[in-house]
Amino acid sequence: MTPMLSAAAVLAQAEHSQLAGAIVSGLSLGTIYALLAMGFVIIFKATQVVNFAHGALATVGAFITAGVAVELNFPGRFLDLPPLLGWSISVVAALVLSAAMGMLLERIFLRPMVGEDLFSVAIVTLGMNVILMTIVTDYIGPDPRSMADPWGDAVADFGFVIIAHTEIAQFVVAVALVLLVAGFFRTRTGIAMRATAFDQEAARAQGIRVGAIFAIAWAIGAVLATVGGIFGSVYPRRVGVYSDTALLVFRAFPAIILGGLDSVLGAVIGGLSVGVAEALAGSYLNHPWFGTGFSGIVPYLLMVAVLFIRPYGIFGTEEIRRV
Amino acid sequence: MRGRPNLYTSYAADQALMPTVTKKVALAVFLILAALAPIASSIPLYPDFLGHNDWMKLLSHVAIFGIGALGINLLTGVAGQVSLGHAFFMGLGAYVAVVFGAPPGDLWGLGLPMWIWLPMAGIIPAAVGLLVGPAAVRVRGLYLAFATLGLVFIGEWAWRNLKFVTGGAFAGRKFPEFQWRVWKEEKPVADFASDGVWLGFEISEEAKVYLLMLGFLVVATLVAKNLQRTRTGRAFQAIRDRDIAAEVMGVNEFRCKLTAFGISSAFAGVAGALFASFVGRQIPETWDLFLSVEFIAIILIGGAGTVSGALMGTAFVIILPRLVQDFTEWLSGVIESGEGTLATVADAVVSVAPDDGGFINTIPGVGPGLSVFQLNQVLFGLLIILFMIFEPLGLYGIWLRVRNYWKGWPFTY
Repeated sequence: MTPMLSAAAVLAQAEHSQLAGAIVSGLSLGTIYALLAMGFVIIFKATQVVNFAHGALATVGAFITAGVAVELNFPGRFLDLPPLLGWSISVVAALVLSAAMGMLLERIFLRPMVGEDLFSVAIVTLGMNVILMTIVTDYIGPDPRSMADPWGDAVADFGFVIIAHTEIAQFVVAVALVLLVAGFFRTRTGIAMRATAFDQEAARAQGIRVGAIFAIAWAIGAVLATVGGIFGSVYPRRVGVYSDTALLVFRAFPAIILGGLDSVLGAVIGGLSVGVAEALAGSYLNHPWFGTGFSGIVPYLLMVAVLFIRPYGIFGTEEIRRV
Repeated sequence: MRGRPNLYTSYAADQALMPTVTKKVALAVFLILAALAPIASSIPLYPDFLGHNDWMKLLSHVAIFGIGALGINLLTGVAGQVSLGHAFFMGLGAYVAVVFGAPPGDLWGLGLPMWIWLPMAGIIPAAVGLLVGPAAVRVRGLYLAFATLGLVFIGEWAWRNLKFVTGGAFAGRKFPEFQWRVWKEEKPVADFASDGVWLGFEISEEAKVYLLMLGFLVVATLVAKNLQRTRTGRAFQAIRDRDIAAEVMGVNEFRCKLTAFGISSAFAGVAGALFASFVGRQIPETWDLFLSVEFIAIILIGGAGTVSGALMGTAFVIILPRLVQDFTEWLSGVIESGEGTLATVADAVVSVAPDDGGFINTIPGVGPGLSVFQLNQVLFGLLIILFMIFEPLGLYGIWLRVRNYWKGWPFTY
């Protein structure tokens, strides 16, 4: 496992505001968590699947992006486009492939489990995670695969804080995706998905194609995971996609729990707060007493603390128990 | 009531550990055969390979993980509390054992004998389990799975940083050997860490360790099996099946869940201590999420909530990689030995040269195929999925069907 290069560590060295640097890098980390958490929650709400394979989706998605952009060199092999446009087209192509992968996984492994209890289904996704991670690790090989993004390690200096271009792009993309998802839930399909989330059988009785809704939910989840995986694999976090990209998602789990398993808004807020908390810890809590890698467990400590006060997360609905 | 199976005339008979003569005989035969495995080569008709040192090691591994599996089975299978934190308690047990058992030196160690460090490896994790239990009891269902997942990551950070106990990241330390001493004297009463002669038979170190582990497993199985028959065990099952209904009947939910956590952690701690000593040297990264997942997989493949299922699942999950490895080696042997249909088929499956297209790769790091280790990982994941989809009761469910088929034979029911 290569140690994660925290943006805070890079930025704190400059003569800029340490606090502002930590908050910016925390928010940028937080948007990644938010994207991953949002996909997870959408899959959970719409299909009643706790997806432990979300890390694998992010890693495989980022690997597909690297494959499309570098190995296949699509669309660069056909057209001579400006770098940003060309890369965007590669990413869109990779997102289509990832969405297809998500739908395929749902159809093969999870459709037979419809109606089973949550725990059994969660275990199936644990199995999926092992399979996908093993295969993708084998394909990635010994070295991280570069994303070939057009920004590289360029940074913008705002005087009191330095922001990497990738981080700016990531904020823009994340905001756009959150708005898109919010808009999606107002469309006809989105409302059908909400109905399915509420009660699968009743939705089916109303003529909603529940199977199609499952497929769409997994496609959205896989796309969000891939975007999270891509931005988690570029400067200033990593040099490329590697098997430890999946660890990002394990850090996003606290964000999900913090917000409550079944709240999309909670996922976004949870993601941002976990990201900021982790970055602040990385920037300020570097006394030897904390040992190495303390910032990495801050999300979990936060999660345990929240669960102790509210056992169903901050925005989660309390489970009503009947005899 | 001879000849009338399943007819019980008293509660005692219904609750008996071994209700039928067949079960008693089968268990006795199995135990004798298991105990004789180290001298397999001197017994006619006994599979010879079981006595070899590598198989002795494999079977010891099964016995140790069996103890751990019994622990997680009690918590997740019987009491219904899904925990991904088993690896944390195994690690805790291992490090408690090493602090008590390892000789004093650069790293912490008290050099106490095994009869102290092994029980301590159970007691202290149980105490910690009871300590974190109240927090865990508040949290229900999937939230509990996530909370215990957090425990594993927090534990990993602790193990990496407590260098004076664990030896530090990727370095690790040596764990105490299996030697029975009365106190700190030079020569152990019973030494399981070197070859020797027992009852006139040459017994290797591996075989000695195997017999010791088998003994521990038998004790652990008895404890687990008996616990399920007591009031506590039945209360666990009531909590699992419908917690509110159980509370209405007078089961104290809080205390039950706490007890389940404590006992399961004790099993985990002992298994962790035995595993660390069995391997000899462990790094802090051993106690990661994958280990927890492995245990969850073991009880699901075996059949959650049943003692025999947990043991069958352990044997299956631990021994399968070895069989796959043997099979791959056999296939490469077939390819090298020459032509024929079999060799052609094998050649398509296994790649023996860098540019040889094949699904399984026998040269690590070269060519596109999966290495044997990776193939095992994929099989492991696939097995979890297939068992969940097709046989949620696991190996135990398959066994039930086989048994009922022969019970009713020649009728179908």
